[in-house]
Amino acid sequence: MNEHAATIDAESSRIRFTITGAVQGVGFRPFIYRIALDHTLTGNVRNTPEGVVVEIQGTSEQTAAFEHDLHHRLPPLASIVTCERKPLTPREGEEAFEILLSTGGEGHSVLISPDVATCPDCLHDMLDPENPRYLYPFTNCTNCGPRYTITRSIPYDRDKTSMACFPMCEMCRAEYTNPLDRRFHAQPNACPQCGPEVWMTDAAGAERSRGPQAMREAARALAEGRIMAVKGLGGFHLVCDATNAEAVARLRERKNRYGKPLAVMVPDLDTASAVAHVSPAEAKWLSGIERPIVILRRRDDSAALAPGLAPDTSDIGIMLPYTPLHHVLFVHYREFAPDGRIPALVATSGNMSSEPISIGNREALARLGGIADLFLLHNRDILIRCDDSVVRIIDPGDGPAPLFMRRARGFTPRPVFLAEDGPSVFGTGPELKTTLCVTKGNQAFVSQHIGTMENLETFGFYREIAAHLTDILQTSPQAVVRDLHPDYMTSRWADEESGLPVHTLQHHMAHAHAVMAENRHEGRALVLALDGTGYGEDATLWGGEFLLVDNIALTHQRLAHFSPVRLPGGEAAIREPWRIAQAYLHELGITAPQNRPWPWLDAHAPASRMCAVMLERGLNSPVSTSCGRLFDAVAAMLDVSLCVDYEAQAAIRLEAIQAMDESHIYECGLTQRADAADVLDTLALFRQVHNDWQAGVDAGVISRRFHLGLAHALADAAATIAARHGVDTVGLSGGVMHNVTLAESLPRLLAARGLTPLSHRQTSPGDACISLGQADYGMRLLKRS
Amino acid sequence: MSDKKVLLDYGSGGKASQRLISELFKAHFSNPVLNRLDDAAFLDIAGPIAMSTDTFTVDPIFFPGGDIGSLAVHGTVNDVAMLGARPRFLSCAYLIEEGLEFEVLERIVASMARAAEKAGVYIVTGDTKVVPRGMADKIFINTTGVGTMLTDAYPSGENARPGDVVLVSGTMGDHGLTILAQREGLPLETKVESDSAALNHLTEKLVTEVGDIHVLRDPTRGGLATTLNEIAQSSSVGIQLEEELIPVNDGVRSGCSILGLDPLYLANEGKFLCILPEDKVEKALEVMRADENGHGACRVGTVSAENAGKVIMRTPLGGKRLLNMLEGEQLPRIC
Ligand SMILES: [Fe+3]
Ligand SMILES: [Mg+2]
Ligand SMILES: [Zn+2]
Ligand SMILES: [Zn+2]
Repeated sequence: MNEHAATIDAESSRIRFTITGAVQGVGFRPFIYRIALDHTLTGNVRNTPEGVVVEIQGTSEQTAAFEHDLHHRLPPLASIVTCERKPLTPREGEEAFEILLSTGGEGHSVLISPDVATCPDCLHDMLDPENPRYLYPFTNCTNCGPRYTITRSIPYDRDKTSMACFPMCEMCRAEYTNPLDRRFHAQPNACPQCGPEVWMTDAAGAERSRGPQAMREAARALAEGRIMAVKGLGGFHLVCDATNAEAVARLRERKNRYGKPLAVMVPDLDTASAVAHVSPAEAKWLSGIERPIVILRRRDDSAALAPGLAPDTSDIGIMLPYTPLHHVLFVHYREFAPDGRIPALVATSGNMSSEPISIGNREALARLGGIADLFLLHNRDILIRCDDSVVRIIDPGDGPAPLFMRRARGFTPRPVFLAEDGPSVFGTGPELKTTLCVTKGNQAFVSQHIGTMENLETFGFYREIAAHLTDILQTSPQAVVRDLHPDYMTSRWADEESGLPVHTLQHHMAHAHAVMAENRHEGRALVLALDGTGYGEDATLWGGEFLLVDNIALTHQRLAHFSPVRLPGGEAAIREPWRIAQAYLHELGITAPQNRPWPWLDAHAPASRMCAVMLERGLNSPVSTSCGRLFDAVAAMLDVSLCVDYEAQAAIRLEAIQAMDESHIYECGLTQRADAADVLDTLALFRQVHNDWQAGVDAGVISRRFHLGLAHALADAAATIAARHGVDTVGLSGGVMHNVTLAESLPRLLAARGLTPLSHRQTSPGDACISLGQADYGMRLLKRS
Repeated sequence: MSDKKVLLDYGSGGKASQRLISELFKAHFSNPVLNRLDDAAFLDIAGPIAMSTDTFTVDPIFFPGGDIGSLAVHGTVNDVAMLGARPRFLSCAYLIEEGLEFEVLERIVASMARAAEKAGVYIVTGDTKVVPRGMADKIFINTTGVGTMLTDAYPSGENARPGDVVLVSGTMGDHGLTILAQREGLPLETKVESDSAALNHLTEKLVTEVGDIHVLRDPTRGGLATTLNEIAQSSSVGIQLEEELIPVNDGVRSGCSILGLDPLYLANEGKFLCILPEDKVEKALEVMRADENGHGACRVGTVSAENAGKVIMRTPLGGKRLLNMLEGEQLPRIC
């Protein structure tokens, strides 16, 4: 094969590399083949259960050059986790470098790659009228395309994917078998001759058109204001013209989703910049191979987008096309949309609120038939559900950093690397916005966003992923770690279905372990868990906690917490923040309006009277130290949000109205107590909110003073407590860390006090990180015993 | 009986207690078996019997729709009836806190007598103990009931079968919310009332006239949700409920929504659920709706082979959720 075959001479050396990491199905072997040829080496490469094994033979200059390229010219999707190097005796008579056929057991130590956005080469093929794949919605290569969502089991081979039912044509087969081709061993390789195809149906499933015609007609229907369910990569999207206010309103109405922001897909960075402010860092995230939804600040001068997309904020979630199908859709959409209309399509998860995203054609027709006018379907099955990822780029003081709102498509199943090896452990996650996590060695595999477990379909999805993840990782967890809450579905799953020894970990301790694990921080840290509500060790609902956690000694201590306040009606209070405002007032001894009627008395007077009794009697009014609920209370007091349509809506609105030029800071001290945890006097914070509100101060000014007051109080209290306990590392976790004001200011304020802040960079600070914290804790627990 | 309050002497077995028996209990409960006042009651009863016992503690002891006395009769009568039996005799034991007004005790006893008469049972034996103040809260009542079985194929929580239909006899949660509102002095906008009632006449008709009743249960403590979970587990079947079909009074619904409670977990004292084959549904509903305790009867769900041991609720939006048994109180799961 290799005409530059090296002859053995005195200088010859032979080296064997055993490489693990993302090295399969990502063009790794052809890459090895190419660089071996570049440096005129002989030898071979093969997949083994231990990883990819490469043997090279040549002069020391040649092998050194190879080694350099191995680490510096990796294909875009490949990444090396370990690379073992072993010198061998040179072999006589070897003439070529070969890719050897894999023997059994392939892939066991090899990771399945996440799904990857269409690469520039494939995009080029698709846009070239001369190319056989011109406007073909399913092209891909080893550098791009579907992976995780189409793979049923390992090893990652075509017959284990949903491409198994598409026998390759001659052209595709030739590409697939040619080591120098970009499509060499690209498992989903396809072309219009042999690959999947699209068709469009009405809401009843009756076919309207097929193939290229269907793509054109779909684009036309969208341009005309129709709502369409579009089968994508990890599930269906519901799509409509994002500039058409009426279509957006109709979509919200039918989807039963009010207020919650809708994501928008635009064809390119230029369009993104036309509707939103895009920093260089944001541009990089927008156009990266993971293609998350990036939350951007909307341009004030952009009246083009429908106002109903994100009514509570001035932000907008934008993503770029990540499959050929999206690209083709935009090519046609530009043909049909009238001149001057910005090509922007709403692309929101294809589900009813609270259900998992639909993936099957029939399932989608049944579940989305009441929402979408039309369906753009195809015959490549989605095997694994995976929603779009959502990220925001923030500046916490040391340059731009990602703040994950949702980590799923494009990232799963990429692992979080832990500080150390350990036994395999399963973390169940909590109840809402849950993920699950399985560890293997020093890698923690956090699943994609699964959702709210109360819903039975979502619970089914959870079970699927629990089985799938352990299967593709070829690992058997030794234990499961679950939340303390007895009624979480995940707790029941652990107790009744997992079949494993069950350990429990308090919700906010799990947050703490997660942020420490992600940062590979070993030892002690003070962790601020700024969260909604989690079941506490004293059976109250925690959520504004200063926790001293030692992940080596495995001890933890609750050192301080927010002022305890009741939540009248439990979950009802979380849906109706005005109740929490009344609870704060009650706690302050204010049981009737003073010189200004409470904003909720118009709509909720009888319920407010009942709440007064409930608070008095402690009736179904659990005590909580939640930070998120403090935001709710303030938002309700200021009449920003009396009842919420979606989680965190009150806090999102409260953050959005801040008067940024305001600099007064509310006071909030730490009350030290001898024989109990200290209390951060958040009641005092609320008292100042209430006083200013009574005095008629502008809500935006109050909101700003509140945000500043809370941030400073947290940093000061953290500094005091950290000094007292001799720690200098402060972790930040919990859903409240989605608040950009806090996410950007707290690390700075902590650093200014000489402390080292730890933040989430790989997982969401919200409950999606819980499973990671649980699994890391469990691993440490098993290693100790 | 000139005393205004019940004193410790009343439970002593002496003259005071004798007076209590003859002037109060015998006067109100008068029936041929009780009137003999032997050490034990002689029951002329043959064949298989059903027996149940329960102790009643409720705060407050008087509430809209009933009191602890009628509740103590209905509770036990209903438990016997749910086995497909005809309740016949009750025993009745009082544990009274010293100082309870005599007038209160008499009202309770009179209420028990009325309830027993309406249910068609005799109170045949009893006991009274008085304990010092603070050792009990006003009055506790234990009743034990026996009844004759009406059928060999009696209903049981183990008998739900895939394909069966779940009926309820009326609205859910009335008793639980009423007691709570009364005890806590809640300013409910809409009046609520306990559903406390004896269900035995209606269940007897179901068992004898409709037949093939697989399950009869009164969803008392823990409410419909808990009772159905018990049935799903004992029968190893899945139960699907349609949220829209489950009847709840407006007052209960609005009260619960403010309190943040789920009416499906609240106690009922005059309702039952009935699980039976589809072909019996029409007849059963006809029988139930003709009865004063079954006006609001309706179908609420079905039994399936899949999801064994689980109760699944379909929400009006088409979503499905598991209706679980709770570990304890209803605690927020929202984070
Ligand atoms: Fe949390
Ligand atoms: Mg009972
Ligand atoms: Zn490509
Ligand atoms: Zn082909």
